[in-house]
Amino acid sequence: MATREDGAVIDAPQAQILTSRSPRELAWRRFKKNKVGIAALVTSLFFVSAAVFAPLIAWAINIDPNERDSSAITARGQTIGRFGGISWDHPLGVEPGIGYDILARLIYGARISFLVAAIATLSTVFVGLMIGVVAGYFRSRTDSVLGRLTDFLLAFPSFFMIIALSAPMIARIEKSGLARDNSARVLYLILVLALFGWPYFSRIMRSQALSLRERDFVSASRALGASHTRIIFKELLPNLWTPVIVYLSLALPGYLAAEAIYSYLGIGVQPPAATWGLLIADSIKYVMSEPTYFLIPSVSLILVVLSFNLLGDAVRDALDPKSELT
Amino acid sequence: MATPILEVTNLAKFFPIQSQGIFSRVKGDNKAVNGISFTLNAGETLGLVGESGCGKSTAGRTILKLYEPTSGTIKFEGEDITSYSASKMKPLRTKMQMIFQDPYSSLNPRHTIGSIIAASYEIQKITPENGVKRAVQDLMERVGLNPEHYNRYPHEFSGGQRQRIGIARALALKPKFIVCDEPVSALDVSIQAQVINLLDDLRDDFGLSYLFIAHDLSVVQHISQRVAVMYLGKIMELAPTEELYKNPHHPYTKALLSAIPIPDPILERKREQIILSGDIPNPVNPPTGCVFNTRCWKAQEKCRTTEPVIMQIGASQVACHFPD
Repeated sequence: MATREDGAVIDAPQAQILTSRSPRELAWRRFKKNKVGIAALVTSLFFVSAAVFAPLIAWAINIDPNERDSSAITARGQTIGRFGGISWDHPLGVEPGIGYDILARLIYGARISFLVAAIATLSTVFVGLMIGVVAGYFRSRTDSVLGRLTDFLLAFPSFFMIIALSAPMIARIEKSGLARDNSARVLYLILVLALFGWPYFSRIMRSQALSLRERDFVSASRALGASHTRIIFKELLPNLWTPVIVYLSLALPGYLAAEAIYSYLGIGVQPPAATWGLLIADSIKYVMSEPTYFLIPSVSLILVVLSFNLLGDAVRDALDPKSELT
Repeated sequence: MATPILEVTNLAKFFPIQSQGIFSRVKGDNKAVNGISFTLNAGETLGLVGESGCGKSTAGRTILKLYEPTSGTIKFEGEDITSYSASKMKPLRTKMQMIFQDPYSSLNPRHTIGSIIAASYEIQKITPENGVKRAVQDLMERVGLNPEHYNRYPHEFSGGQRQRIGIARALALKPKFIVCDEPVSALDVSIQAQVINLLDDLRDDFGLSYLFIAHDLSVVQHISQRVAVMYLGKIMELAPTEELYKNPHHPYTKALLSAIPIPDPILERKREQIILSGDIPNPVNPPTGCVFNTRCWKAQEKCRTTEPVIMQIGASQVACHFPD
């Protein structure tokens, strides 16, 4: 065993076994130790793949979200059989009154719900990241202007505005020819969710950038003659992936729930298409007589939101054991 | 005599203190560096010492134009760079570099050592003769790092090793002048000596000039040919190292030197220490006259009203009305 002048032990065979680990590998090792995190990851993956492979699943077990099975309901619309008509043909039962297969509606509905949540999350994070970092890095006037814009949006009564503006704005989108019907509604929802969502994230990013820009490695980069673009992309952004990933996993369930709420309130997607919010809204009518119909989408929503949140917590703990970021 | 590599005249850096809000106005200035002048010759090391907050780091960063100077001039190799823009500075950056105090904050934790050192070539668009990787590994070897650790991350290294990485980065572009901003004050005493010796060797090998900033007089004594003592943004005394340590003229220099412990218990017990009363004044409102008058035991009426001009006493330059 050899000892170098600065006290570092260099033992050749051992040095090769102790291969270098990147911060990412270290984070993954920490993550694997977190049982709750693994469970949350498995649950999240289960729901996401159910949504992604919905057509495949529907084809495999022979269900269709738009097919009414009149043999599964009585003439008065009640489901036949126990637990809301759960049978081999309809693994999660059928919708009372219409006879749609609930499993098919659930997985197809999840596609729209997840799509809205995913796009809204990504745009929120992208816009918030860019504006926050630019404001925090350049400070002075840039920060003042962007800061006032953020303040304005944060103080805006967004919930009220989203509902009030929905009808005229959706009509506008349809008129402009961008999208029609449900597509226009989905587009509107994504736009407003992202518009009112990014300021929260840009605040976090701004404060991170403010502290990072004072670090000596940024000075070192400037002393080498690096441009602002290089400093932002090469020095600041690599240090921001942790809060970005954490915020992604925490914002996604929030938007999932938001999509359900707006669908429930009639702003999101309209029937005959299905989303989780619509399923819950519809099932409220039968909550006493057909509790399974209400429980299935509600419990799914709670499970997904909970597992994404727990996944986000676990990712945060793994990436940065010392961070206090929420 | 040849042109000095660096010539600083009346350099000042004020940081405006602004009130909060949209209609922010400047409430005052933090006069971090308030008119310092010195020259640095090629191959020379000038030590810059002073208490925390006296503006020595700000001076170093302003000279490299990491801060925009408020007034005064900076001449690098006879070229006035005071008002150069970032793009005009870029080619000059290959000739002037910096080594930082904190080995933890000076290396980006998300980059490997190899890419940290290679960034110098990337930014300046220089391709070394035998390729970037080879050049980086040669540098790592030169500063005493194992070149096989090319792909490792900063968190895998000790403070001393990280400081060597910082030195390798500064050396990559083969500069002529390096600002060493307290390069050893964050290190263990045993490691300090190694890093100082490394810097000493590198100066001879690469023909470097250092502006060596430190608060530790014994560290500076070892490496510098001349030493400047700073207090509250001004230079109090600038003298050849030997002269300064043997024959201090300024009361502040005396007080600083009397604070160095002697590694001999018998002599140490006899050591007469000058304890300065009070704190370093706020650089937003520095005292009138001589900035040191609030803590000086020799201060008289003249010191409170008139700012002393720098005078030559032997080989030393002293800013004091009543030098020894």
